[in-house]
Amino acid sequence: MALDDTKKTRIFKVVGTRPDRPDGIDKVTGRARFGADMVAPGMLTGRILRSPHAHARIVKIDTSRAEALPGVKAVVTRADFGDVPDHVADILDNCMAGQKALYDGHAIAAVAAVSPAVARKALKLIEVEYEVLPHVTDVDEAMKPGAPVLHEGRQQETVPPGMSQNVIARSEFGHGDIEAGLVQADRVVERTYRTAATHQGYIEPHACLATMGADGQGDLWVCTQGHYMVRNTCAAILGIEQGQLRVTASEIGGGFGGKTTVFLEPVALMLAKKSGRPVKMVMSRAEVLRATGPTASTSIDVRIGMTKAGRITAGFAELRYQGGAYPGSPVDMGAMSAFAPYDLENVKTIGWDVVTNRPKAAAYRAPGAPMAAFAVESAIDELARGFGLDPLEVRLMNGADEGTKSSYGPTYPAIGLKATLEAAKAHPHWTAPLGENQGRGVACGFWFNFGGDTCVSLNITPDGTVTVSEGNPDIGGSRASMTMMAAEELGIPYDQVRTIIADTGALGQNEVTDGSRVTFAVGLATIEAARAAKREMCRRAAMVWGIDEEAVEWEDGAARPAGPNAGRFPPMTIKEIAAIASNTGGPIAGHHEVTAEGAGVSFATHMVDVAVDPETGATKILRYTVFQDAGKAVHPSYVEGQFQGGAVQGIGWALNEEYIYGEDGILQNPGFLDYRIPVASDLPMIDTVILEIPNPGHPYGVRGVGETSIVPPLAAIANAVSAAAGVRMTQLPMSPPRVLAAIQAGG
Amino acid sequence: MSRIHVTTTINGDATEFLCDAEATLLDVLRDELGLTGTKEGCGTGDCGACSVTVDGRLVCSCLMLGAEAEGREITTIEGMADGERLHPLQKKFIEMAALQCGICTPGILVAAKSLLERNPDPSEEEVRYWLAGNLCRCTGYDKIIRAVMETAADMRRAS
Amino acid sequence: MRFEAPRDVEEAVKVLAGQQGAHVLAGGTDLLVKLRSEMIEPELVIDIKRIAGMRDITAEEGGWRIGAAVCGAELGEHEGLRADWPGVVEAAGLIGSTQVQGRATLAGNLCNASPAADSVPAMVAAGAVARIVGPQGTRDLPVLDVPQGPGRTALERGEFIASIWLPPRGERAGDAYLRFIPRTEMDIAVVGCAVSLSLDEAGRVSGARVALGAVGPKVILVEAAAEALKHRALDAGALDDLAAACSKAATPIDDKRGTVAFRKHVAGVLARRAAGIAEARAKGETA
Repeated sequence: MALDDTKKTRIFKVVGTRPDRPDGIDKVTGRARFGADMVAPGMLTGRILRSPHAHARIVKIDTSRAEALPGVKAVVTRADFGDVPDHVADILDNCMAGQKALYDGHAIAAVAAVSPAVARKALKLIEVEYEVLPHVTDVDEAMKPGAPVLHEGRQQETVPPGMSQNVIARSEFGHGDIEAGLVQADRVVERTYRTAATHQGYIEPHACLATMGADGQGDLWVCTQGHYMVRNTCAAILGIEQGQLRVTASEIGGGFGGKTTVFLEPVALMLAKKSGRPVKMVMSRAEVLRATGPTASTSIDVRIGMTKAGRITAGFAELRYQGGAYPGSPVDMGAMSAFAPYDLENVKTIGWDVVTNRPKAAAYRAPGAPMAAFAVESAIDELARGFGLDPLEVRLMNGADEGTKSSYGPTYPAIGLKATLEAAKAHPHWTAPLGENQGRGVACGFWFNFGGDTCVSLNITPDGTVTVSEGNPDIGGSRASMTMMAAEELGIPYDQVRTIIADTGALGQNEVTDGSRVTFAVGLATIEAARAAKREMCRRAAMVWGIDEEAVEWEDGAARPAGPNAGRFPPMTIKEIAAIASNTGGPIAGHHEVTAEGAGVSFATHMVDVAVDPETGATKILRYTVFQDAGKAVHPSYVEGQFQGGAVQGIGWALNEEYIYGEDGILQNPGFLDYRIPVASDLPMIDTVILEIPNPGHPYGVRGVGETSIVPPLAAIANAVSAAAGVRMTQLPMSPPRVLAAIQAGG
Repeated sequence: MSRIHVTTTINGDATEFLCDAEATLLDVLRDELGLTGTKEGCGTGDCGACSVTVDGRLVCSCLMLGAEAEGREITTIEGMADGERLHPLQKKFIEMAALQCGICTPGILVAAKSLLERNPDPSEEEVRYWLAGNLCRCTGYDKIIRAVMETAADMRRAS
Repeated sequence: MRFEAPRDVEEAVKVLAGQQGAHVLAGGTDLLVKLRSEMIEPELVIDIKRIAGMRDITAEEGGWRIGAAVCGAELGEHEGLRADWPGVVEAAGLIGSTQVQGRATLAGNLCNASPAADSVPAMVAAGAVARIVGPQGTRDLPVLDVPQGPGRTALERGEFIASIWLPPRGERAGDAYLRFIPRTEMDIAVVGCAVSLSLDEAGRVSGARVALGAVGPKVILVEAAAEALKHRALDAGALDDLAAACSKAATPIDDKRGTVAFRKHVAGVLARRAAGIAEARAKGETA
């Protein structure tokens, strides 16, 4: 669906304003119901027994003592699940281990009991005999021919012979001739960069409440980014039909990609089925960190050549991502996005997908891209500084524009990269003075943005107010955006529309809340649904007036004759049309079902000032500014919020967050004490500049904004720290001991 | 194992409950009393989502036993608004988009209210340090800090 | 598990001595974490907060007696204590969040016996004394001698700490505590250093106690650091010697929070900085 006529500037009445979000009062009073807030009569508590080993064959599980404990109503192991279709086999194995425990925290068995205390006791009575196997948690180690192997026979044909079976796939992107390009360079930077695995760190642990009747009908209340995905996945795993399982999304306490798959849900349904009672499961924070999806840790080689004028002659990157215990690390998206901000003649990236004895990586905000950007943007910064060039000018000189053939294939339509760079250059932050031991860094970032399956149903009530039903959990204010777009399109006030998140019984298939797709795709479907309702309302007015429906148009919430020749009738408002709907053909609604395309790629430039304490290696973020293209900011406050939130997650990733495994393969920091996400006192205000380069693929020009904001910060901060410390940092996190060691080694 | 009978005051209402000795105040609020506005994010005092006040003092309800509530006065997020009249912080948080997913919001509001009762004119740094034990993963804290500062300014003007 | 909240010390000692593996609950900020993670599964928890005097701060022999259940926030709100022992108050104030400050106590921080406890080096530098009650009566033990190693204390069965006594501050004296953490809040100390100084009329150090945390199995009182400062003005040379003594005295391990090299180095850095703050306080230049 294309951008509305761009020749005349559209004057928006609702879009672009900052109304109160419709779920605001629920969320400030404690009324909003999240995953763990639901109860059911006769509800049991479900709990999971988890592997204490990084890698072990499960020789035997004896659940008899647990089953015999009074108050235990069901015990589930993998044996309770039958054969499942291939596309959910790994997902099930991750939810409940089969032959082997593949990481510390891997689910081995589950119980449902009358109380948490009984459930806890029951877990201790389950006897598991393990044959402990050698393990590997580091990506480079896992690729070595002699490394302990997780899976046999999963390697794809893209991988050359002789490599470890842990190397699952190889991918390649790019065009031109790297070697020929490098020859033209005045300098080539060649470095290896490393990033640690980080967790999405949502504050709400996974939770669900399941019921499953003997008739095969099930109900599930769950905090998820996609209840349709939960339905489809659980139905496949349990061998039931999708229509028999109704899934309702609770309010969701953060996801960032981490709630785009299932962990507890199939187990809860199986426990509910076996016990015949509702089963509630809530993860502890330690379970969240040990057994849900962090992102990949990476090791990336980069070679970039530049002329002394600042032109990049060739860019090459080889990316190795471990995605945990199953195939499917986000390396392809890293390889595709690494050089995406630039217009390059010679560019090539190679990606390696590697498995290790860690929890399976789940999507994390722009999955795969931040690490690749860290490597490439660090190398570009080093080259620019080496030549004494302005790093923003270098990026402008090489930056992609409309018509650029991207490093991953497609040719760009109108994009906003250069607009963000120009805005950065013009911002007072860029020229503000710096003090001693301070440094400034900039970096660019790119994200694809997605569309996907989307359904919206918009209903006109008898009093002429409007309800919008959509199928994507509201993770950061999207109900407000949908309400605004419906109000805009219908020409009625914001408070005349209420948007709800419908359960899986109410709408067709909806892709999960991911890929920064919701404001774009659901917004597009909302606008189309509103347009369908408008057409119907115009038809009703035409019928009343006795004129052709083509002679009626919709403006400011009312049907009107399209011109003087159409007839002289006073406008008929939405309320008037709704009031007589029963006499003109029945209730009025509009709906739209689409596989949305044209999401519109997104770019950002981040600028950050830091101070590094040369005696301790501690970094303080002094000032931070985000410049990002939003296409069209529907609710600017929530757009700013996405920019700020992504930047701060990036700050955590850059400075302190990491999965720390011991020699024994056991996660050493499964809690918020030592998995250190940024706290309020770590940060300055995060300034934002919203650019609006309309997306040609959306009627209002909207682009997704959620993910791009986490792509540049890793590199921007590394560039700033490197400048402040006087030594190039190539490994994340830039924790104080690491920075101090680098300063001492460099000085 | 016999349960403990506790008489206490919650949001101004005399309340009695029975709890196991090991039950935390958070367990009691959520599971016995249905006050699910108080959230559990970690269970170890590291995230602040379970913030309540006990005799006016801000605490993590996950780090206190239910049995300790005997004779105390407890205030939770459910006690913050006066009927349909929201507390100025609640209003400001909505107005300034100081929440995204909303899971940390009850704890942050309870903590911020506690701050403004002690210090009606906090600096940005004071707000940031007071709220350092309330993790928010969505917002980057910016709009939260601004909303608290603006509410404080409004309340000073109004008083 | 059972829960008791005795009203007086005698009763508390009786129930504590009568139950193997009973745990004392003051602020509970460590105990509840251990309960939750099933690190401990005690038969009995004894809440001492309802015992008279446990929540009081009283002037005693020129110093201050602090009840075992006084929380960090209450210490910070006590002007007299803050004026005399700002380093101890700051150290206690660094434990956890605002929420944790509403519960956590000096006595609990001490009895938890974590090598990284923030308030312990500050109390050791201050020369604090713990008053212990138990079946055999009451005894006083220097805070330095309470921790015996990670998670171990010198308390016998049936004993608990009833209060902590901080000695008189004295003329021209000041203390300070600094710790290093990766973030600005909410972390466990990677290194902690407390310095308590008194100066003579010429501004030279007449007495010093320097203590380190998180760089050994328990708090370290660095006698060599105190010696290095004795009778000297706190000039660059004295501070270098202080830092060197602290780095040398530190016997840390590599773990998820820091490396040996980092901790030894930063122990010296913090000592130098803490000494500067303590000196300014001793001279009355800052609060």
